[in-house]
Amino acid sequence: MNKLQATFQQLQATGRKALLPYVTGGYPDPETTVEILKRIDPRRCACVEVGIPFSDPIADGPVIQTSFSAALEKGFQLDALFAAIRQNRQDIDVPLLAMVSYSIVYRRTPRQFVETAKAAGFDGLIVPDLAFEEAEDLATIAREIECPLVLMVAPTSEEQRRRRIAALSEPFIYYQSLAGVTGERDKLPADLADHVRELREETGKPICVGFGIATPAHVAAVCEVADGAIVGSAIVRRMNEAVERGESPASIARTVTDFIAELTAALP
Amino acid sequence: MPATTANTSETAGRFGPFGGQYLPEVLMGAIRQLEHEYEQARNDPAFWAELDRYLTSYAGRPSPLYFARRLTEQLGGAKIYLKREDLNHTGAHKINNTLGQALLTKRMGKRRVIAETGAGQHGVATATACAVLGLECVVYMGTEDVRRQALNVYRMRLLGAECVPVESGQRTLKDAINEAMRDWMASVAHTHYIIGSVMGPHPFPTIVRDFQTVIGRETKEQILAAEGRLPDVILACVGGGSNAAGIFYPFIENESVRLIGVEAAGEGLEGTRHAATLARGHPGVLHGMHTVVLQDNDGQTLPVHSVAAGLDYPGVGPEHARWHAAGRAEYTSATDVEALDAFELLSRTEGIIPALETAHAVAHTVKLARELPADKLVVINLSGRGDKDCVEVSRLREQDRGRR
Repeated sequence: MNKLQATFQQLQATGRKALLPYVTGGYPDPETTVEILKRIDPRRCACVEVGIPFSDPIADGPVIQTSFSAALEKGFQLDALFAAIRQNRQDIDVPLLAMVSYSIVYRRTPRQFVETAKAAGFDGLIVPDLAFEEAEDLATIAREIECPLVLMVAPTSEEQRRRRIAALSEPFIYYQSLAGVTGERDKLPADLADHVRELREETGKPICVGFGIATPAHVAAVCEVADGAIVGSAIVRRMNEAVERGESPASIARTVTDFIAELTAALP
Repeated sequence: MPATTANTSETAGRFGPFGGQYLPEVLMGAIRQLEHEYEQARNDPAFWAELDRYLTSYAGRPSPLYFARRLTEQLGGAKIYLKREDLNHTGAHKINNTLGQALLTKRMGKRRVIAETGAGQHGVATATACAVLGLECVVYMGTEDVRRQALNVYRMRLLGAECVPVESGQRTLKDAINEAMRDWMASVAHTHYIIGSVMGPHPFPTIVRDFQTVIGRETKEQILAAEGRLPDVILACVGGGSNAAGIFYPFIENESVRLIGVEAAGEGLEGTRHAATLARGHPGVLHGMHTVVLQDNDGQTLPVHSVAAGLDYPGVGPEHARWHAAGRAEYTSATDVEALDAFELLSRTEGIIPALETAHAVAHTVKLARELPADKLVVINLSGRGDKDCVEVSRLREQDRGRR
């Protein structure tokens, strides 16, 4: 069992809830990513999702797209990010989850991608543009290498699909709160709690909820029903603003961790 | 009615190793519904009869197969025929697909349609089909293409569609596809995405190809009537590859017929300013399909370039990737300059202004027909007309004269 799996086992055993913050990796440079990851408190954050910049992210809204484009324009290289994390992994306490397009995974071949990510210090991966039909080989490889694959359930997923996804997804299920792209929303969907309860009854697995979760109040509401709340665009928007202001890596990291502290304060 | 059967197995829609469904979970329900509905529709003679009525009485099919006497004489080689898809309503082959998919949309009980467009031809054809069938229509178009194809933007709006400029990425066709996919993520319950080419996740490559094979079926009948035999060579331009798939497919089993797809070599294959995916690409995954793509070693899509907005795409339909790998079709390319010259040549010799996309197929024919004896038959799929390109071409030619 790796660090990520142990974390979720413990969360389930104690009934504690966690935040899963998302940051764009290598943005604006790998040094900034490392600065952020070093400051994340693993007692409040179950893991950090590190988004791998991609030229054609179809599941992402404008905020994350902007960060991807800016990182790529500055010459983002996957190996440079992996190297920076590997060199600093002993100073990073929180488990790491790579969120990456299948276009990137496929290019290196699934096995090589997972091995490289694992060697860099990642504990799992999410491939948001890959549904289970095409994900079974990747899930098997990921399990073998002990860098498990987290799959997503959407509000549009029917029961049979939900069960298939749950059987593959380790160590938790990512529930996408709404049909749409990533991005901050004012309100949580009204049927969210019902969907999460239903999914929990069907699967018995930990469930973390993402998409549209932007405020401490959202985090508190989500954690009433789910095991964790995933916040992406609300964090990346602050990163975008800090990058725009030309802040140093340490300063961007402070901006991010200050906001994460506001969010974790709302955890039950 | 197309004769093949669809593959409905779980990793469905494979063309050899290519194709498949690489999509976010949120879209899988809609893709399954589309697979199911299309399977029903393709086995329903009433569906094809209704489509046929629209194709003949509304879109103007069959399109003529025209013997290009003056072009043939000028080149002094093989006999050249033009399959006149430019004469269809809206001026290109795109209407064959959009009428079919708009009818499917109604069949699925959806009321809204989204589409991407490069040159604007697919956008106009989608807006047209939606107007005649009473569907709401939103078309995504890169701002670079909005600039290059202002006339088509106006046409779409006139037809009652909303044309949404896309500012992200390279601001061309691939970015318009990304934006349409993002719309679909949120609107999938009541919206159908009419993809404009033989690309994207299964079943789109099959659906679009089936709706476009009317081109090849007519060509076969027409050339047999005119010449009493099959052609020796068929040429078509390839961006995503729908007009090429449409004319090639009915000839796939006729191995004596050479099938040649012409990609955009842009400013030349030596540099990076081209869109010749099969010539320079690698197997990869993009826009829901496993195919050949232009990307870097990290899997990031490379910038592409062509003077023809409709060929400006870093991937290619998965069935073309298979025909290429299997050697059933040949793929070559023509540069911007060669296409511009062919644009002018066909206008002068035949009184037909081809679309800049189509001009790439004409450009390669110029090289090929000269080498062939007079008893060989060549068919070019004249996939679209070039009125839309006149402003851009005159601008480019002015610029050239300025440089000289």
